[in-house]
Amino acid sequence: MQLEQATVIAHAPIQGSYNLLQMRAPGVAARVQPGQFIHVKVPYLEECILRRPFSIFRADGESLSILYKDVGKGTRTLQYLEPGESLSILGPLGHGFPEVSAGHFPVLIAGGYGMAALYLVAQRSPVKGVAFFGGRSAQDILCVPEFEALGWKVLVTTEDGSLGQRGLVTDALDAWWAREGSAHSPELFVCGPGGMLKAAARRAEERNCPAWTSVDNNMGCGVGACLTCVLKVKDGESWTWARACREGPVFNSRDILWEELA
Amino acid sequence: MKPDLSTNIGGIRMKNPVMTASGTFGYGPEYADLVDINQLGAIVVKGICLHPTKGNELPRTTEVASGLLNAIGLPGPGVDGFVREYMPFLRTYDTPVVVNIWGKTIEEYAEVAARFDSVPGIAGLEVNVSCPNIKEGSAVFGTDIKMFERVVKAIRSATRLPLIPKLAPNVSDIAEYARCAEACGADAISLINSFPSLAVNLDTRRPILANKTGGLSGPAIKPIALRLVWLAAQAVEIPVVAMGGISCARDALEFLLVGASAVAVGTASFVYPDTALRVAAGIGDFLEKEGIASLSDWVGSIKA
Ligand SMILES: Cc1cc2nc3c(=O)[nH]c(=O)nc-3n(C[C@H](O)[C@H](O)[C@H](O)COP(=O)(O)OP(=O)(O)OC[C@H]3O[C@@H](n4cnc5c(N)ncnc54)[C@H](O)[C@@H]3O)c2cc1C
Ligand SMILES: Cc1cc2nc3c(=O)[nH]c(=O)nc-3n(C[C@H](O)[C@H](O)[C@H](O)COP(=O)(O)O)c2cc1C
Ligand code: FES
Repeated sequence: MQLEQATVIAHAPIQGSYNLLQMRAPGVAARVQPGQFIHVKVPYLEECILRRPFSIFRADGESLSILYKDVGKGTRTLQYLEPGESLSILGPLGHGFPEVSAGHFPVLIAGGYGMAALYLVAQRSPVKGVAFFGGRSAQDILCVPEFEALGWKVLVTTEDGSLGQRGLVTDALDAWWAREGSAHSPELFVCGPGGMLKAAARRAEERNCPAWTSVDNNMGCGVGACLTCVLKVKDGESWTWARACREGPVFNSRDILWEELA
Repeated sequence: MKPDLSTNIGGIRMKNPVMTASGTFGYGPEYADLVDINQLGAIVVKGICLHPTKGNELPRTTEVASGLLNAIGLPGPGVDGFVREYMPFLRTYDTPVVVNIWGKTIEEYAEVAARFDSVPGIAGLEVNVSCPNIKEGSAVFGTDIKMFERVVKAIRSATRLPLIPKLAPNVSDIAEYARCAEACGADAISLINSFPSLAVNLDTRRPILANKTGGLSGPAIKPIALRLVWLAAQAVEIPVVAMGGISCARDALEFLLVGASAVAVGTASFVYPDTALRVAAGIGDFLEKEGIASLSDWVGSIKA
């Protein structure tokens, strides 16, 4: 991990309230593992003192990019950044996704920015698998062509039926599992809203299949010092806190006390 | 000529006057990849009590205008866990290690202090009598002068290590607490701890933090801290360690000007991990430019 002054290469809205920010950050970009994140100090926002965490979408050579949604002060202000301007980033942070285990078939499950967060998993995986993307409507479904270009099969569900199948991502997953699951040994890689993580973790447990889940607890320092981002994980018969920014954001779903997750 | 930045805080010899504030720099390893710990004036670790503790439920922090509200609730590994897990690491550095301690009772405070007395590699103890986030009343020790006196006396008789009581900001007469600490044999005092505060959510009509109230830190509290440090420094002869919203060298120079002998960087480390090092370098540059040979010539040089 390092503190780096990155330079904006390209920055544009892509769809809905999502934006793609590409920056030159040779130090951080060179060391990125799938599932890791950067902690960004939003320029021109002095009264908001904390950094904002964003998953690393792509990392190629000396550059990296994030895909972010406008949800508040920080992400709104970030949009003013123009090519050539610089911003302070801290990264790569956290413990990302492992490589798919031998003999297993990778299954990605994503909602929201989770589609960006899983891109590097898809790109670097030696085995091409299947990806389930879910959202409220077509606007919330990101990066499908990028995943298909990598040789992955992408199955889309939207709650309003505006793209792909109507329903929840888990409906599509269940249907696939009934159809093809037994032919493979699925291993799940999940990044999305809490409900999606829980639903995926439940299925993994029922079917005794490995699952890796990326949580997005609010963060302070991003490096393990402030203890803002903790979540309860199993510790023998009891539980202990784990830091999403350090031991996570990706956890073995078996370790998380799901009923306690906010 | 490079100015002399070294300072001595009640027996703790520091190469420069900038330390980390307890609870904002972990126990050291968290920032070791980003910050050269050898260049810090001292490292002050997260609060330690007798036994392992879990701290508060979530949410534990929330951002407010120019500040951070926290109610972490002092989770930690306890004395033994800390000594086992972190002291071997901390001993590899040539930087004084100050342990921040707390307890639920006077006896506990004294016992924690006594236990650290025999641990090699510890330069001093900072006593948190003022955590706003502990139910069983740590804050009471910091805001009731009789309790404050009893706890500082008890710790003083339990340890030979340099002793630095950390004062609560929410008292009506800070000078009284500063003088009391000095009279009880403290070697220095530090201030301020975070300021008791509240943030609410209008949609849920509930406090945002699980603990309801929290402690405010960051740039928002700097002017409050500056006044309290100024008042405390005039009240005592022992050195004063100042903290509260310091995020650059000029902030630190203000605290030194009003009488602090050293400063600590807290919340700012969360934003720029190298803040303490930049503050130390910036103090040196400023004094050099002003033609001031030694830090001690600047400390307390405010014109009335
Ligand atoms: C590991 C991780 C990876 C993430 N990756 C992405 C990503 O790739 N793309 C993306 O759009 N978003 C991502 N997020 C969520 C993103 O960090 C928040 O949307 C962002 O911090 C909101 O900032 P704001 O100032 O716009 O919102 P505000 O609501 O104004 O922020 C106020 C405070 O709440 C915190 N906060 C608010 N919502 C969240 C949230 N959902 N998660 C964490 N902190 C939050 C902020 O950090 C800030 O401290 C990620 C979060 C985490 C923890
Ligand atoms: C997240 C957090 C945790 C803290 N934990 C402790 C602690 O364990 N013991 C203590 O004495 N002070 C603790 N503090 C208070 C700081 O050491 C410091 O006194 C205060 O934050 C003011 O300085 P700042 O504005 O530079 O952060 C904590 C502060 C924060 C923000
Ligand atoms: S964000 Fe500070 S410990 Fe994880």
